[in-house]
Amino acid sequence: YNNLSVLPLRDKQLTYFAAVHGSTVSLASASADGLSVSHRQLQAKEGGLAVSASIVTQASWCVLPSRVLLVLTSQKGIQMYESDGSIMVYWHALDVLEPPPAQAVFARGIAAASGRFICVGTSSGLVLVFDIPSKGTNITLSEVLEEHRDSITDIASEDGDADLVTADDSGALCVWRSKEEFSLLTKISAFGWTCSSVKLWNGVIAAGYGNGQIRLYEAMSGALRATVSAHARWIYALDLAPLTGKLLSGAEDSYVQIWKLSRSPDTGDIEIEHCHSECVTDTQLCGARFCDPEGNAFAATGYDLSEIVRYGQV
Amino acid sequence: GKTALLPQRTALLMGSFVFAVMNDIITTMFNKKFMEELFKPQELYSKKALRTVYDRLAHASIMRLNQASMDKLYDLMTMAFKYQVLLCPRSKDILLVTFNHLDAIKDFIRDSPNILNQVDETFRQLIDMYSCLSAGEFQLIRQTLLIFFQDMHIRVSIFLKDKVQNSNGRFVLPISDHSLLFKRVEFTNGGSYISPQREGSFDLYGDRVLKLGTNMYSVSRPVETHMSGASKNLASHTKENAAPNPLAKEELNFLARLMGGLEIKKPNGSEPGFRLNLFTTDEEEEYAALTRPEELSYKVINIQATQDQWQNEELARIMGEFEVTDQPSQSTSKGDDLLAMMDEL
Repeated sequence: YNNLSVLPLRDKQLTYFAAVHGSTVSLASASADGLSVSHRQLQAKEGGLAVSASIVTQASWCVLPSRVLLVLTSQKGIQMYESDGSIMVYWHALDVLEPPPAQAVFARGIAAASGRFICVGTSSGLVLVFDIPSKGTNITLSEVLEEHRDSITDIASEDGDADLVTADDSGALCVWRSKEEFSLLTKISAFGWTCSSVKLWNGVIAAGYGNGQIRLYEAMSGALRATVSAHARWIYALDLAPLTGKLLSGAEDSYVQIWKLSRSPDTGDIEIEHCHSECVTDTQLCGARFCDPEGNAFAATGYDLSEIVRYGQV
Repeated sequence: GKTALLPQRTALLMGSFVFAVMNDIITTMFNKKFMEELFKPQELYSKKALRTVYDRLAHASIMRLNQASMDKLYDLMTMAFKYQVLLCPRSKDILLVTFNHLDAIKDFIRDSPNILNQVDETFRQLIDMYSCLSAGEFQLIRQTLLIFFQDMHIRVSIFLKDKVQNSNGRFVLPISDHSLLFKRVEFTNGGSYISPQREGSFDLYGDRVLKLGTNMYSVSRPVETHMSGASKNLASHTKENAAPNPLAKEELNFLARLMGGLEIKKPNGSEPGFRLNLFTTDEEEEYAALTRPEELSYKVINIQATQDQWQNEELARIMGEFEVTDQPSQSTSKGDDLLAMMDEL
């Protein structure tokens, strides 16, 4: 889910894009006026050897205070690169002991957390927590969170009382807090549909589901606050612009919807407002991201589409 | 000499040939050993491997096809299946599509109880294996299939005509569709969605409701496909064989076991075969073979030629069970022509 990742580089006036296409990740950087500057392709390879390529599930930039890493998840394992994709700094192979034969094995769901961790989900429901030093390659697996029983789909984080949200194939959500270790705050039960995408903002969890619904929950308590029938088909991507609370959703129905999250100043209730719709004709969307933290521009990718489509506010 | 053909005789002969071909192909495909191999949990085959299996199946009867017609048949099949998988409103619908396929197959052989039994058995195995998977697991299967079909944009006449495919090869996604999931929503985005009437049946017999997977050619339709401009952006391709060997050893093993389950009928001297040409004339077929774009050519594995590379005794044994078939593209001659054959009667 969400095969697109965007890294805005304010100081360089550039935006990096990473799009997953089967077994490769295409990196492109573009300037504000839209002229493509550079291009690179990455593949999921074990330790640098060109073994048979495996399908890449996701690629995402993780922004930590001291460094930015590009993380790739695939059927073989997890790779971490420097932000421009030039050097691989870490490789973690998924255990392929004797998996139950009918089960697929893969990593999926990537998020930076608490300023020093990168969390990655797996098909068995585990969430791997990696400790990232401020520089160098001495990355270690510090913790494994075992709470989900179905494949992880997405992970989100923010600095707040609730630090991490993890979502899985069955639609269950787990909310965590991290101090020395991660501890489970609350669990939100599934209602029968896969939760494919999840975001965390201002103590609000925004979750996108396979039936096209977006649900908003109070992160600390897990209480459901709003249900929106946002799309006619499977939601593939949610993204959040943290400075404004804008939320975007992209789905197989070929629509990108833009919403605004807020809290009522009087009641503290979570509110959601629909702002904009965009139809990417004849395209089942696979990824969608804001291009800046205010949410003034966004980009989308789709199945069989060899382009990244960018939209800006005029 | 070439006398005038009596229409009734032609129809009767055509009918019996079609029946024989259908019977043979379906019997071969649904035989127990082959199905056993297919049902084993395994990675998705490479494009080469799939095409090889397909070739074998297509030649499981007295019917023969030249390379160009075979390529075209395969193109039609892949684009049609891609369309069906892509447009499934719900991820579990890919199972209904398969059931539609099986229902149609059963209809072809409804007068042959033995083969019908085999097909029903496969049907039951599919129900057992897949019915209880979750929507998320079906979505993963669907995504894996879609990755396999990614970047194939061969234009198919019947799809262009029905306006389900654009001239750039992409499929049209309906945004006003009566079978989508939701009640009317109030956004001003131009789409309108109405809740579905009922869900299709996942039982052995039942109304599937879903139209995807039913016979596209139930009314007589053109079979043309168009190559040009089919793959515009090669930068996004990953070369299918980056490794030195065209096929990894494990995949060859899978393929051998799969083939071991396919008993191929060899047309002997006295039994007439016939060659199916999907183009209008022989010349057109030859031209198509010569002008097929490089990136779209299917490299079929010739299993017999690699026999000496295999150390594994088991594989050699399975290979030994194969009947060596004629090389289809070379052996056709005017004697195989349906017309000439009819003259002899």
